[in-house]
Amino acid sequence: MRTNTTNFIATIVLAIILSLFLPWWSIMIAALVTGLLIPLKKTAVFFTPFLAILLFWALYSYILSSANDFTLAKRIAILLPLGGSPYLLILITGIIGGLAAGIAAVFGKQLLIVSKKI
Amino acid sequence: MKYLKLLFSFALALGIFFTLNNKFGSIPPLGKFLNPYSGVWQNEADESISGEISIPGLKDKVTVHYDAQLIPHIFAQNDLDLYRAQGYITAKHRLWQMEFQTYAAAGRLSEILGENALTYDRQERRRGMVYGAEQAIKKMSEDTESMGFTEAYVDGVNSYINQLKSKDFPVEYKLLNYKPEAWSTKKNALLLMYMTKMLAGGDEDIENTNALRLFGKERFDLLFPDFFDVTEPVIPKETDWSFIDVPQTPVPFSKPVLDSIATTIDKPDPNYGSNNWAVSGEKSYSENAILANDPHLGLNLPSIWFVMQLHTPNHNVFGATLPGALAIIIGFNEYISWGQTNATRDVVDWYKIEFNEDGTKYRYNNAWKDVTYRIEEIKIKGKATFKDSIRYTHHGPVVYDKNFKSDREKAGYAMKWIGHVGGNTQRTFLNLNRSKNYTDYLQALTHYVAPAQNFIFASTEGDIALWVQGKLPNKWEGQGKFIMDGSQPKNDWQSYIPQAFNAHTKNPERGFVSSANQHPVDEAYPFYVFNDGFETYRNRVINSYFSSKDKFNIQDFKDLHNNNFNLKASELMPYMLENMDTSELTLEEKVIFDQAKAWKYNNDIHEVGPSIWRQWYGKLYNMVWDEFDVEGTALDAPSTYQTIYLLKNKGEDAFMDILETPKTETAKDLFLLAFKEAAAHLMEIKSEEGNYRWVNYKGTYAGHLLQGLPAFSRFDIPIGGGRNIVNATSENWGPSWRMIVEMTSPPTALGIYPGGQSGNPGSKYYDNFIDDWAAGKYHQLNFLQSDVATDVVISTQTLTPTKE
Repeated sequence: MRTNTTNFIATIVLAIILSLFLPWWSIMIAALVTGLLIPLKKTAVFFTPFLAILLFWALYSYILSSANDFTLAKRIAILLPLGGSPYLLILITGIIGGLAAGIAAVFGKQLLIVSKKI
Repeated sequence: MKYLKLLFSFALALGIFFTLNNKFGSIPPLGKFLNPYSGVWQNEADESISGEISIPGLKDKVTVHYDAQLIPHIFAQNDLDLYRAQGYITAKHRLWQMEFQTYAAAGRLSEILGENALTYDRQERRRGMVYGAEQAIKKMSEDTESMGFTEAYVDGVNSYINQLKSKDFPVEYKLLNYKPEAWSTKKNALLLMYMTKMLAGGDEDIENTNALRLFGKERFDLLFPDFFDVTEPVIPKETDWSFIDVPQTPVPFSKPVLDSIATTIDKPDPNYGSNNWAVSGEKSYSENAILANDPHLGLNLPSIWFVMQLHTPNHNVFGATLPGALAIIIGFNEYISWGQTNATRDVVDWYKIEFNEDGTKYRYNNAWKDVTYRIEEIKIKGKATFKDSIRYTHHGPVVYDKNFKSDREKAGYAMKWIGHVGGNTQRTFLNLNRSKNYTDYLQALTHYVAPAQNFIFASTEGDIALWVQGKLPNKWEGQGKFIMDGSQPKNDWQSYIPQAFNAHTKNPERGFVSSANQHPVDEAYPFYVFNDGFETYRNRVINSYFSSKDKFNIQDFKDLHNNNFNLKASELMPYMLENMDTSELTLEEKVIFDQAKAWKYNNDIHEVGPSIWRQWYGKLYNMVWDEFDVEGTALDAPSTYQTIYLLKNKGEDAFMDILETPKTETAKDLFLLAFKEAAAHLMEIKSEEGNYRWVNYKGTYAGHLLQGLPAFSRFDIPIGGGRNIVNATSENWGPSWRMIVEMTSPPTALGIYPGGQSGNPGSKYYDNFIDDWAAGKYHQLNFLQSDVATDVVISTQTLTPTKE
């Protein structure tokens, strides 16, 4: 459980740092790197970074959007289309980020397995 | 196994990256688009309007005060700094729009929208939009001062673009997955071409030719008269033209070319139009002249106008700007106010071109003349570049040939258009911004080429005036009504009407000037003016309003802007109600009939009368002109005015007959048939939507520039009015900038437009004017007299020169 928490926090911290100079896919790098440095087991391999980035993106989006009364989020939630719900848009944003991070972490795990067995 | 897993997970990771980093159809690249640190969430903010920004090239400090409407008041120490700041500030609020409009003007939409836009792009290239912009640049370059200002504006826009990070791109770039390119003087010229096309890009020559061929000259003249039985021209009838000493071009013996053409290029919406009026001191409650303008254009978001104040130690001006063009376009300074309506003159003509065997020469004056080729390269997103080779004659581009909308091997149709002549439109506005009196205004107008406008004027000195200004060909009687033979020199435009002989009026006896896209002049004007779809209703309502009493105040001006009287309906509907056979109406139809009878001809939002009229007349119009519905032939049916005239005066005419039925119908039969169809449709609306009140029926909306993207548009705007009504708000066009200026010293002004100052759909300033606009309200325009912030200033931003 300790490792999970460490990985979770490390993923967020690294993702924030990388986001300062890399595009959106910096979260994939972050999850991959923490996956290699702080290895996880079983479903946690995917779900820890998934939840970490979901939280990061959703929370960050919420902070930006709530400060502006969700004006644009409401419009984008019509465009996509999500019935005009900004909360749903925030959730989707989190899930998309989490999914990309989780998959990158799974790839990291496989890399680890292969390199260790050799 | 583990390698397989590795490979599989790698493929998955790559797959998700690819999926989220690319655009699929209309779905934006979701990773790029939704991530909170560079995606749309970064656009979830109002613009920053405080602090200090350093801008390269500025000579001095520029102060920008914003008021509560987000109108920037720019205070610069010199002209170059002023226009640099104008460029910067405009881009800051409207970058995506200003760029998108120039892409649209240049026929470059395929670059951002893909293959679907190719037909549109080809059409714009063939229309010679880029060619026209290049001609304009040549003319602009001859005037080094105005070119210098333009370059400062261009640099200002680029300074803004250059400091943008991808997270700051307007949301539309993120949605469509592209980025802004550098601004240029050519883009300024393209924006002006965009306006020229919108306001002077229309004609019916080809449609008229088809109609002439199908119906003959006598019938054609009945349907499309040069003058209607009533005329209330822009320039009052009693004007004395004896000062004009240049004759109209004499009529040569020329026969129109009676070819048949199936389809034509897109024309601007014929409903675009505008009102303006001004009363003299004697007719004003305060003895100050008062001026009003409301250009009727497409209701879009972001709005076509961006309002600002521009101040230097030498001049101080306020009003509406066009993002992408210098200076104020409609507005006022300390001494004068001015505005425009479209003058709707026929400045597009078509020539049939006969080519030689290999299509490289065309016949002209009994000889073969070389064509010049212009290769238009249209880049297409995700596809190979499309090359269109367009032949140019001395008339202009051959728009229609075997490669485009025509199947004739050795013939084509060339376009002669004032838009290709080139002009320094910006000079006119730069000068108007600085004008102090009538003489200055007149001097400013001499530079103006196209689109021809009715320039209205009022000054603190008490003068009012109106000039129909544009570079207008001196045509022979009937020239350009139909397709002409391009091989005959006599069919060319022979000369232009000397600028001083353009129709105008200054301080007319009646004490007011006005225009509403009607006939510029009556028959007495010594030059040929073709009836190019002139308006015949708004002008009469406006003029009778100003003849109705002695003095007018600001409230009267507001009332007239918001006047919903439907003169058109009042001229036909009573006749229909009286002459229709009502014995066969069902009970439900009778209810609608009674509603129609009770209507007082005001298109107010809660009325049902306007909806009944629209349905009834719409069906009737189609029944009358079923003769114009000919497969594979481009035709335009006659005007509303002439249709109503014929229905009331020639009800037995053969045109009234519906070709499909064995019976020979008259106007009175059509009234009933159309009424029954209309009633059925209205009842359908009622059962689906609860009622057919005008506001509901009309459903006015302001659509986002990008194909009306619903998420960024405003629907069901509660406003009355309609087509041919002074409050000309229809479904998607209407008064795009309502301005009233009283010529006190300094002037006091009101203004509003259906939109907001910000181009960002995430800003509360994106559409915040719409509700007030719909309710007929105005905002006080804060004409600051110095750069000292008053209590109307909510925030101030300082632009400073970048230190070397």
